[in-house]
Amino acid sequence: MIEELVVLFVIFVLAIFVGFEVITKVPPTLHTPLMSGSNAISGITIIGALIVAGQGEVVVARYLGMVAVAFAMINVVGGFLVTDRMLKMFKRKPEVQK
Amino acid sequence: MTAALIKLLYLLAAVMFILGLKRLSSPATARSGNTMASIGMLIAIVVTLVFQEIVGWREILIGMIVGSVVGGVFARTVKMTGMPQMVALLNGFGGGASALVASAEYFRYLEAGQGIPINFGVAIQLSVLIGTLTFTGSLIAFGKLQELVTGKAVTYPLQKTLNALLLIGTLGLAVWLMIDPSNPVAFAGVVIGAALLGVTSVIPIGGADMPVVISLLNSYSGIAAAMTGFVINNEGLIISGALVGASGLILTNIMCKAMNRSLANVLFGAFGATVQQIGGGPEGAPGDLTVRSLTHEDAATMLAYARQVVFTPGYGLAVAQAQHEVRELADMLQDRGVQVKYAIHPVAGRMPGHMNVLLAEADVPYDQLLDMDQINPEFPQTDVSVVIGANDVVNPVARHDKSSPLYGMPILDVDKAAHCIVMKRSMRPGFAGVDNELFYKEKTSMLFGDAKDSFKKLIQEVQQL
Repeated sequence: MIEELVVLFVIFVLAIFVGFEVITKVPPTLHTPLMSGSNAISGITIIGALIVAGQGEVVVARYLGMVAVAFAMINVVGGFLVTDRMLKMFKRKPEVQK
Repeated sequence: MTAALIKLLYLLAAVMFILGLKRLSSPATARSGNTMASIGMLIAIVVTLVFQEIVGWREILIGMIVGSVVGGVFARTVKMTGMPQMVALLNGFGGGASALVASAEYFRYLEAGQGIPINFGVAIQLSVLIGTLTFTGSLIAFGKLQELVTGKAVTYPLQKTLNALLLIGTLGLAVWLMIDPSNPVAFAGVVIGAALLGVTSVIPIGGADMPVVISLLNSYSGIAAAMTGFVINNEGLIISGALVGASGLILTNIMCKAMNRSLANVLFGAFGATVQQIGGGPEGAPGDLTVRSLTHEDAATMLAYARQVVFTPGYGLAVAQAQHEVRELADMLQDRGVQVKYAIHPVAGRMPGHMNVLLAEADVPYDQLLDMDQINPEFPQTDVSVVIGANDVVNPVARHDKSSPLYGMPILDVDKAAHCIVMKRSMRPGFAGVDNELFYKEKTSMLFGDAKDSFKKLIQEVQQL
């Protein structure tokens, strides 16, 4: 049991380092889309929400799960869509103007 | 076999997130990166629905439909100026969802009646605590940004002591729950304590410090998701949550550095609760310092005959929603052969990158938006710098006045341009409550009024030249 936990913890720590490496390369101009996009990614908790909302046994857990699914879905749908809307606007200068 | 396959598919989703974030390193590839990450999410959702033992679909369907509709409507209708509020809300829902999942797991363990293994207990408590705190904290941040709650720092006596007691109390309850999990009252206590902590820890933070708070809450929402990953034993959640946690921390750090303040100072300093004027002293009115204002006509002439103009936007641009007018004027100036650039301070606006998004909305090419390090060396060769509703980030006091709360903060050197035009509604000091020395400088002229109106007038004047 404790080994299992340690393995998960190792993954957690390594992923933080991957995050640091990847995110430091994001230019300041994209920091707002980065936030909304990473927000959408934190909606991954939807996995847990779906599992508890869809299990049969415990009624309270199922309803809590339902609200969790709704919250996570707002995060996922809202986050990815709004990020796309923003990123669509970032344009380079039209090359030939005159 | 299936278990292994599920794990690998979740790993695939996480890898798509990482690759998606990697593509955010350039505006040219960013959009495809976001699409990639959203495909990763789709994989994760489909895998869960197909392979996990789902028996009841009603709650799932209701939740998914409600969430998708609300999220979709938000995303479509939010204005670019309202993006900080949107992100604050999203942070909150993310944290809230994680806390709810952990709570649901707690009740499942409770119902099963065999006690909670200590490792899951710790993870559940952490997830509930961080998630709930993120939820209420984000709602307060949203309220402040939307101006439902005062944007000022709210302080009261013994604030820090009370907060510390609240934190200790909540943690105490959480520890008690790990030892004796079957105590729903203590569980409710943890939830309520965390909810209160979210409120009391964000309420003393003023509006212009919101970039830090939003970044930090962003990080929390990721950490809460990772903790939920420990609860349900899912590597996908842990990896993704850790990514978001790291991202939020990096942004928090960048924002703090850009203000030359520590995170502790931002969180507990109640910055901007007092006003300090130039010349020091309690009654030290600016007295003999004079302010020059100029007409739109003069300003237009100055701009039209310049070689290089640098616009420096701040939160005032977002309030006035003048980004389209700025672009229009910039286009006219460029047609006349003027070099136009934009200087973006990391903490301009209410969230990281706020100004960039606004200007991108107005079709300003992103290669004209320059960071502080890139643009500062250019100010001495600039003929006119135009400050649009920015204040603390251009206050020269930060360079030399050791007694100022702004001292040491890196600023944009707009005062080093040959002329500086400051567009502002009034002489009110900026968020930090510090009078701005820039306004009294000889080379500075004030153009009072709403930024949008001012730009419209400038456009007319330039047309007539």
